[in-house]
Amino acid sequence: MAKITIENDFTPIVHDDKNILEVNKLKKYFPIKDGLFQSTVGYVRAVDGITFNIERGTTMGLVGESGCGKSTAGRTILRLLEKTGGQVLFNGKEVHDLDKKEMKELRTKMQIIFQDPYSSLSPRLPIHEIIGEAVREHNLVPKNEYNEYIDTIMHNCGLQPYHKDRYPHEFSGGQRQRICIARALALNPQFVVCDEPVSALDVSIQAQIINLLKDLQSKYHLTYLFISHDLSVVEHISDTIGVMYLGDLVEFGKKEDIFANPLHPYTQALFSAIPIPDPTVKMNRVILEGNIPSPANPPKGCKFHTRCKYCKKGVCDVERPHMKDMGDGHTVVCHLYDK
Amino acid sequence: MAKGDGYISAKESRRISRENRKITSQMEKIKNRKHVDPSEYETKMKNPDNILEIDNLHTFFFTDIGTVKSVNGVSFDVPKGKTVGVVGESGCGKSVTSLSIMQLVQRPQGQIVEGSIRFAGEQRCIDIAKATTSVMQEIRGKEISMIFQEPMTSLNPVFRIGMQLNEVLELHHPEMTKEQMKARTLEMLELVGIANSEGVYKMYPHELSGGMRQRVMIAMALCCDPSLIIADEPTTALDVTIQAQILDLLRGLKNKINSSIMLITHDLGVIAEMADYVVVMYAGKVVEKGTAEEIFANPMHPYTLGLLASKPVVNKKVDRLYSIPGKVPNPVNMPDYCYFKDRCEMCVEKCSGQYPEMVKVSDTHYVSCYRYYDEGGVK
Repeated sequence: MAKITIENDFTPIVHDDKNILEVNKLKKYFPIKDGLFQSTVGYVRAVDGITFNIERGTTMGLVGESGCGKSTAGRTILRLLEKTGGQVLFNGKEVHDLDKKEMKELRTKMQIIFQDPYSSLSPRLPIHEIIGEAVREHNLVPKNEYNEYIDTIMHNCGLQPYHKDRYPHEFSGGQRQRICIARALALNPQFVVCDEPVSALDVSIQAQIINLLKDLQSKYHLTYLFISHDLSVVEHISDTIGVMYLGDLVEFGKKEDIFANPLHPYTQALFSAIPIPDPTVKMNRVILEGNIPSPANPPKGCKFHTRCKYCKKGVCDVERPHMKDMGDGHTVVCHLYDK
Repeated sequence: MAKGDGYISAKESRRISRENRKITSQMEKIKNRKHVDPSEYETKMKNPDNILEIDNLHTFFFTDIGTVKSVNGVSFDVPKGKTVGVVGESGCGKSVTSLSIMQLVQRPQGQIVEGSIRFAGEQRCIDIAKATTSVMQEIRGKEISMIFQEPMTSLNPVFRIGMQLNEVLELHHPEMTKEQMKARTLEMLELVGIANSEGVYKMYPHELSGGMRQRVMIAMALCCDPSLIIADEPTTALDVTIQAQILDLLRGLKNKINSSIMLITHDLGVIAEMADYVVVMYAGKVVEKGTAEEIFANPMHPYTLGLLASKPVVNKKVDRLYSIPGKVPNPVNMPDYCYFKDRCEMCVEKCSGQYPEMVKVSDTHYVSCYRYYDEGGVK
């Protein structure tokens, strides 16, 4: 059996001070183990070389179908998973090179809000403990101010002081998501990864949570990485948008550019699939054939060529396209825009 | 503990539970009778153009903390060959309405206590609310079929796809031979856009993706050429691109087999795209109904307005999303005034009176709100 090697070729980037986060050719592969000795027979290429920057105080939306690696990307950036290759610079420092002590310090600056507010809260802890546990661990506030601090955080996230001693099962979905947000913000972070924070909620509750996230952003000058499959929500909240397909970031740019002028065929199909709540609008829809291929065995060349209607035989199915800048930071990975 | 918080003493709970058992066992006895005169459940449709007429339906759950009025006086019609969209938040009773039509409400706790569901079958017209279990078994799957929300959990993991589809035919068409069944199943799989139908026939559910499984579910629902298909959130668990595929498929199928669809969803975008008529539900009641154009161009009930405003729309810029204040009232302890009053920002004086009745705005557009009482000219 041939030995499987992971290529790790990237040119290191120079830190620009306006960016809080710089991701360069980030890769995360999960080994597939098989056989008697559990030897590695292949890799699931969950994140396969993505590159983007997030400026301070802005929101980047990351969209894509399920299984395209957007959640894995979010977790690898936070070092909840170890990277396979590439760079993640947070404030100019490589996150994956820090030692344990430095990492603990950094944890307070980067936080995450999970998708499912039902399974991400411990059922045996009261709310003040859920929110305050990490605050005490990191000694963020003196002991005599601790109670007041928790009260302020809860108030800012729309929770009442009498909720303090209750347990998660006593709350509705929307309130639980508020608790998750309070828990993340209690550490006074600079950067928050929101991993589908509103997908499990009803429409009217969704609106409340989105408004809350926006208010908190302007209040604390936060930077968000907003992962979602709901394009209308992403369009509402983001400043820049990245579109992922099978571990690749196929298009990245400002929200206005991407929505007004989607370049990649996948982005075009994805955007035309959004149902619009207006029966008078009849749109010509690009319907994608087939399913998303397996990330363990992605198609050769451009990964999208199996479902792409502009596919050029002999080019798209052979050569992997490179990232091209179409002006104003709008990048696309597609052979259609080769010169 | 304060009342209305959902806390009750153990003694109180035991008392309620005893009473519930009395009520439900009586209802179960009526349902499970073997020999029933057909005149009991056969009725006539009010309008021959309708395939289904739901009239003042009440479906209650008798739980140990009190009676939950999940569906509390719902009335609407499904015309032949049309799509009716039912929209509302979780817990508003839209799924229970559809389960009531199939008589699949969890028994004995869940019971249809009042009202009628008239269904125009092939030979006769039946009131499903009064039909016995044996009558229902003939209709269910044959004349009315249902597509469930989660294709992951609604297929049996230990049987092959082909066998699960054949089972439907075995039950409803005992005269068919095995070869005929297989031919029919393969035809159905091709109809829903599965290219490799012979291969899928032999597969197990875990070998298929979410979109494919939902296609199998649709094929299963279509096996016996039903005249009414109930789709309970058919695309909620799917990605947008797969959702577009499935909606496209449903639209195409409706024209091919000429049946009516009752589409239940919380996504207003899906409703706008698919439905001819829209029913908006809130806390077990219909608050507004009309054609899709009327509801989206001229929404009248404050809840419909709030629902439309709280969803972000692509290419429409708003700084802040509207969010409906407050939360849905406790289903055990509903207020006696308009259920939406506590969250409504357009209250008028009359709102603290009894629950408003439906006001006719146009021939097809009805709204249950006091703000339109003078304009509507009903009262």
